Amino acid sequence: MPLLQIAEPGQSAAPHQHRLAAGIDLGTTNSLVATVRSGVAETLPDAQGRHLLPSVVRFGAAAAPVVGYHAQAAALDDPLNTIASAKRLIGRGLAEVKQLGGRLPYVFVNPDAAVPRIHTAGGDLTPVEVSAEILKTLAQRAEDTLGGPLAGVVITVPAYFDDAQRQATKDAATLAGLKVFRLLSEPTAAAVAYGLDHADAGTAEGIHAIYDLGGGTFDISILRLTRGVYEVLAAGGDSALGGDDFDRLLAQWALEQASVNDGADHRTLRQAMQAACTAKEQLSSTPTADLVLNLPDGRHWSATLDRAAFEALIDPLIDRSLAACRRALRDARVRVPEVDAVVLVGGSTRIPRVRERVAALFGRPPLANIDPDRVVAIGAAIQADLLAGNRPGDNLLLLDVIPLSLGIETMGGLVERLIPRNSTIPVARAQTFTTFKDGQTAMAIHVLQGERDLVDDCRSLARFELRGIPPLVAGAARIQVSFEIDADGLLRVAASELTSGITARVEVKPSYGLTDGEIAAMLSDSRQHAGEDQLARRVREERVEAQRVLESLRAALTRDGDALLDTAERTRIEDAMTALAATLNSIDAKRIGDARRALEQACARYVERRMNHSIQSAMAGQRVDAFE
Amino acid sequence: MNLAMLDFSKNYFELFDLPLGFAVDAKRLAERYRTLQAVTHPDRYVVAADHEKRVSLQASTQVNEAYRTLKDPLARARYLLSLHTGDPGTDSETSKDGAFLMEQMELRETLAEAQSSPNPHAAVARVLTHLAEQSAALDKELAGLFADPTPANLTSAREIVRKLQFLDKCRRDAEDLEGLIDGRY
Repeated sequence: MPLLQIAEPGQSAAPHQHRLAAGIDLGTTNSLVATVRSGVAETLPDAQGRHLLPSVVRFGAAAAPVVGYHAQAAALDDPLNTIASAKRLIGRGLAEVKQLGGRLPYVFVNPDAAVPRIHTAGGDLTPVEVSAEILKTLAQRAEDTLGGPLAGVVITVPAYFDDAQRQATKDAATLAGLKVFRLLSEPTAAAVAYGLDHADAGTAEGIHAIYDLGGGTFDISILRLTRGVYEVLAAGGDSALGGDDFDRLLAQWALEQASVNDGADHRTLRQAMQAACTAKEQLSSTPTADLVLNLPDGRHWSATLDRAAFEALIDPLIDRSLAACRRALRDARVRVPEVDAVVLVGGSTRIPRVRERVAALFGRPPLANIDPDRVVAIGAAIQADLLAGNRPGDNLLLLDVIPLSLGIETMGGLVERLIPRNSTIPVARAQTFTTFKDGQTAMAIHVLQGERDLVDDCRSLARFELRGIPPLVAGAARIQVSFEIDADGLLRVAASELTSGITARVEVKPSYGLTDGEIAAMLSDSRQHAGEDQLARRVREERVEAQRVLESLRAALTRDGDALLDTAERTRIEDAMTALAATLNSIDAKRIGDARRALEQACARYVERRMNHSIQSAMAGQRVDAFE
Repeated sequence: MNLAMLDFSKNYFELFDLPLGFAVDAKRLAERYRTLQAVTHPDRYVVAADHEKRVSLQASTQVNEAYRTLKDPLARARYLLSLHTGDPGTDSETSKDGAFLMEQMELRETLAEAQSSPNPHAAVARVLTHLAEQSAALDKELAGLFADPTPANLTSAREIVRKLQFLDKCRRDAEDLEGLIDGRY
């Protein structure tokens, strides 16, 4: 029986107002955009009818960046200015990337910095800026197709992306001028697309394993679907394992066979990678493939590779993915026979050997009836449509998890785990610290992500400095630090001193990310470039937010203002509403913002009461259901 | 947890509208969890005003915390102890039951030897099965004790919780070992 429909306090503003929304699959090798039109989610093609957009950007000295097929075609001739696979670099330091992915055909200007910059003719660019160009191109495609500005987007990320990689992806969207409704895990998006596809047949309920092998990342998610609610039980994977690695192995093999030593130049490397990629794709349908290389010394090298040799080459990589699957099953406390369906996602699952071995592990043939390249974007579009408020009455709800444990550094370089992996988000934990010196007013906290016990084996996320602790004798201060992970899987830290009630200031130094200041600077650069007046923009943004608050409050008051507020409370809220409405024509952004915050303050209790009311009616509905 | 709460002066059992006690109907718990998330989850407030988003985030976080606590027998038992006595106990408390501790040491030895046994997977699986059986028996005892929470029964419950902590730690180590063995192939 369906769940009882209940009022949703947040979405009451204008129920029939349709907001334009899109789902974006920002992939390592290819990206896509999809939207829901007339109830059908579909990926959008470019003017030439091509749905995939190669995730390649070419930066020139004078012209605007070129994204997609044109950039890809230039990769061989202009390798240093043409950036491919930026997703592999995003949210990572250079040393880390090199360790994971071997040689990179780019010039880095600041190899030791938290965020490496690639030197191109168009400037020294971070992977965040490269990804922003891809997002801009896709958003433009959606806006052209839909005929209006997007209210927001859902961007998919590998389930196994850590905090830094997620934050960097969100930063890229900010730079591209997009509002992110949600960062969504790729396998969860795929599950949504499949769930809807199979809903009529009634086969979608139960436990699903989503095996997602893309160009640069591997994810495995174990989900349970119950009446429209997708609960991720465990997520696992390897954020540096994908089709690119198959290409790299094959390219290495070719270069070795061709007796090219380590000193291969950028051009030869690119050529070998392209030849490898073509051969790999051929081998999915033919028993043999030919590889040809034009070497710098003038030699033309060629060889034939058969499928068995290719499979022997890639089997160790597939092994790694299967070990991650077994761990995810253990984490989910699910045994293989309990899995109701296995779904294949990502271009690399076209390789017959991958399918064969996944089928062997799970003891059942995997599903691949939705195009594995498009399924993630389609799921993201459905979620974007839902989050925009365009699907009233839809029970669809996604409950996701964090893929890696979160901890803090303690004495002796050890990590104390605060939030274990596979905790459902949003999640929060508080931890109390004390000072170890008399009069100590500051304290450093190092946050890490990973499963190992030693700091050096985990990934450093950020260092926080707490300042403004009241000076007390050693051990007397009680500093409570709360770690909150929101529904995007992003960490926020807040701290306060408990005995004095003083809120300590938290200064964030992301280990592998851009600071808020750097983002703001880039944003301001790009806007100045676009000739936009910043002040005018801020005023416009404040007006939109003010109107949204007013609209949703008016609708809420009509619905339950009488029941939940006494006269005095109602008057206070209405006065604050009038005051905010009076500022709407102001050209002073701060004045509008202050009035909005005053209104939010005035109705804080009301909003909480509405939430409690929703909870109570939902639970009452549940009780009625239980007696049926 | 010091998050500003809604009507969360309610305890987790009240929030989920379940009777206060150790025995929990797993199916009902899961259903209520989905119902509560359907109204509180931040996904329902994406286009709402910022202050509504904050309330949603807090409420949804609290529902997750409550569910995590009620779902897991050890966390549930400690939560019940804290509701009844104000003290949930700590990880570092050790059982005083000599026979139990002896048995645990033997189990640990079996686990240590599992790695080098001819079929390590089966050896670890046997340990896990044994642990699950022991835990189930203790859970049953706890249900009885919490059904009649006299001071004497709560003291006994606290001792069982210490044993459960032991078993839980051993289970996690066994699972880590399973992963290690798996990584070898």
